[in-house]
Amino acid sequence: MTAVVQPTLTASLHDRPAFQEQRVRQLSKDEAWSRRIMVRDTMVPITTAGRAAPRADLVALILALLTALLVAAPVLSLLLIAWQPAGDVWPVLLAYVLQPAITDTALLVLGVGSLTLLIGAGTAFLMTSFDFPGRRVLLWLLPLPLAVPTYLVAYVYVDLFEPLGLIHRVLTLALPSADALALLPALRSLPGAVLLLGLVLYPYVYLAAQALWQAQSADASEAARVLGASRGTIFWRITLPMARPALAVGAALVALETLNDIGASEYLGVRTLTVAVFTTWLNRGSLAGAAQLALVLLCLVALLIAIERIARRKASVELPSEATRLKPRTALSARRGWAALTICLLPPLLGFIVPVLYLLGTALRRAVLSGIEPSLWRDALHTVTLAVIATGLALLLALIVMLAQRWRADRTSAIATSVAQLGYALPGTVLALGLLTPLLAFDNAIAAIAASMGNAAPGLLLIGSGGALVLAYVIRFLAVPTGLLRAGFEQIPRDYDDSVRAVGAGRLTALWRIDLPLLKPALLGAAIVVFVDCLKELPATLLLRPLNVETLATSIYQYASRGSFEDGAMAALIIVAASVPPVIWLTRFSERRS
Amino acid sequence: MPRFRAIALAALALVLPTAGSRAADQVNVYTYRETKLVQPLFDAFTRETGIAVNVISASSGLEQRIKAEGANSPADVLLTVDIGRIDDAVLAGITQPIKSAVIDEIVPPQYRDPNGHWAGISMRARVIYAAKDRVKQDTISYEELADPKWKGKICIRSGQHIYNNALFAAYLAKYGEQKTEQWLRGLKANLAQKPSGGDRETARDVAAGKCDLGIGNTYYWALMMNADPDKKPWAEATKVLLPTFVGGGTHVNLSGVLLTKHAPNHANAVKLIEWLVSDSAQQIYADSNYEYPIRPGVPLNATVASYGKLIADPMPIAKIAAQRKAASILVDKVGFDN
Repeated sequence: MTAVVQPTLTASLHDRPAFQEQRVRQLSKDEAWSRRIMVRDTMVPITTAGRAAPRADLVALILALLTALLVAAPVLSLLLIAWQPAGDVWPVLLAYVLQPAITDTALLVLGVGSLTLLIGAGTAFLMTSFDFPGRRVLLWLLPLPLAVPTYLVAYVYVDLFEPLGLIHRVLTLALPSADALALLPALRSLPGAVLLLGLVLYPYVYLAAQALWQAQSADASEAARVLGASRGTIFWRITLPMARPALAVGAALVALETLNDIGASEYLGVRTLTVAVFTTWLNRGSLAGAAQLALVLLCLVALLIAIERIARRKASVELPSEATRLKPRTALSARRGWAALTICLLPPLLGFIVPVLYLLGTALRRAVLSGIEPSLWRDALHTVTLAVIATGLALLLALIVMLAQRWRADRTSAIATSVAQLGYALPGTVLALGLLTPLLAFDNAIAAIAASMGNAAPGLLLIGSGGALVLAYVIRFLAVPTGLLRAGFEQIPRDYDDSVRAVGAGRLTALWRIDLPLLKPALLGAAIVVFVDCLKELPATLLLRPLNVETLATSIYQYASRGSFEDGAMAALIIVAASVPPVIWLTRFSERRS
Repeated sequence: MPRFRAIALAALALVLPTAGSRAADQVNVYTYRETKLVQPLFDAFTRETGIAVNVISASSGLEQRIKAEGANSPADVLLTVDIGRIDDAVLAGITQPIKSAVIDEIVPPQYRDPNGHWAGISMRARVIYAAKDRVKQDTISYEELADPKWKGKICIRSGQHIYNNALFAAYLAKYGEQKTEQWLRGLKANLAQKPSGGDRETARDVAAGKCDLGIGNTYYWALMMNADPDKKPWAEATKVLLPTFVGGGTHVNLSGVLLTKHAPNHANAVKLIEWLVSDSAQQIYADSNYEYPIRPGVPLNATVASYGKLIADPMPIAKIAAQRKAASILVDKVGFDN
């Protein structure tokens, strides 16, 4: 029996990368029995295979809707706050604030978006198309700026490039002090913010583009070459358009990250909408006005997501299942190789190596001066534990949401997917504020139940335990795994699923045997990004953590806010250090696969 | 499986610190003041009284958290670093009168709530860091900062930052809207660059010659001078001038303490609040935080004393707090941060 079926199954998989083929073969052995039934009676409708089991797609849809509800909870609670009268804040906002804030925000997002696309797509293209010296090291070096929080890169570069900083002192060796002063770039400015944010945010684009191009087929570009297309034409007409969905996901994440940044923009003197949300709340005493403004921001984000989706729809996204050999990398001549190395080294050099060296120098000097604080290790344990739990939960929920959409492909599941991505759009503090009401309504209800059962001092369950933090992280970062998994799913032709299901395997089997193995790069990529994002998260952590709990980020903040962030250098280094092994592991894994 | 167990254990470790936060020998503090700064105070309190202090610090939103936590809130005491948050907390209805004869006796009436909901525990002044080699005068007024003779010579952080917000609110409380707007426009015209960075960057810009006058808080300068060898040159290139309002004194901002409405450890909370104005606690505020103690008679830190004698402006803090919103609107109106 097996022999009868196997040729038909593998025929369509002919020439597929060995890894995938092996998967399908293994499946065809393991599932021999169920296939036998199907083959014997081809009239059996597919759904009967899973009649006894609960409908997997329905379960997924319900769970996806629950996930969407979780993400929507803080947004709904913001809506309620925004419903209150905001006093007279709007005339002021309209007259003096909105126009400059929207201009600054738009310029910042456009600037950072373009810069990260340029760096991310450029380096990803070089890395996936060519072989050159140092490529193996660059493979794990390029994503690492992800580990450097935006507020940190702002502090480090301002300190280096400001008057009396290292660069100024070096320049004064050759020039009179005043001339050297004139040469220093004005980093505390909009262009400065674009540059600094771009240096640490480009990995979002790089990771997405690199994962896609790494798996690209050689067919299209080879056909083009046979037809006489130049290398440039192939890049602009084939390679780049093919990556459009991945680039859109990466750029959207960058835009959202830029929009919800507050620390770096405020420090660098850029008055974004997010800054306006805070002044409306804290200085003009109108939480309702701030919530209304935050919702305006959220609408902008919804618009961004919609644009991203349209951009994706235009691009033909699903690769044909006949996609065949991977495109081989071209070895570059020595001179070009060095050029490629230089281009690819520059972003991680500026976005990672320089800040880390700066932190190392500072931390070492502090350690000599005053020793390492023992509490730091406990903070590190808190941080990593929270990040691990939140990452696992975020990945699981994202997978469920995407499965519901893939399996059902209806409007409800599409809405659930869109809602699930909203959390990333809110500034952390606004998200935390919105989360307070539903979260504590839950906690207080549990406490009331516990009290009615005779427990004298029940306390608050979620906010008292760190559960609130895990939920906040999941809500905030769910957009990352959802986006990356969507791009991943789009790489899996639907006829894989259909082939497997045609032989009678249930959806879950198909998921386990086909989708998950193929999604592994996307899952791992998402895991790294979420994990590192959780390590860095500051504003929601500040407001929602339990008594006596510090994370590395809050520890850095403690020092930064009293104007001596150098004392937090050790904590910053631990954040960076904790991010390095998973990034290296991820790149090793994806290299082996290709 | 072992990995799972490790995660479960670690998760448990997260839960444990909060267990028993209502036990008899504890008090729970929510603070806007960074934990690292107040921890020495709390350690000393625990040593003296045996009462453990549990802490959480944040930069904003603690009133909202306490409000949402409601009657089950573990919070006993709220510490703030400026008058704005004091005002917000009282308005949010999450406080109750402290009712302490000790506080009433020690804290001057100007620095506490007539209704007893809050009390100041330390002060900082908003002053001028002046370039030693370029600024000859040793006295200066806030009004003078709008004088065109300083054109292109002043550096300051965002006009919306709480410290500047309080200073501008104080100006409003004294002079009213029209004069304040005029003054803010004058000050804006004198700025050497777009407002950004923090008070420390301001000192640095003055030291480097980008501007002659910087506006900053008293303790930043003392921290640069004493606690950080790298920043010492910035402090050394500048001198601190204590500006005054014409016919008044120097603008001071308060760190305040409030007692929460549902404080589960009420007695311990009052004990802590009273202890915070004791001689030993006030000495810690003066020496390790470089602030002005609220308790009369506690000696100043030597660096802070070197600024000269502080004559605080007599304007009641509550009147300044009431002008915060108007000050924030004026900052936007004159495009101070643009």
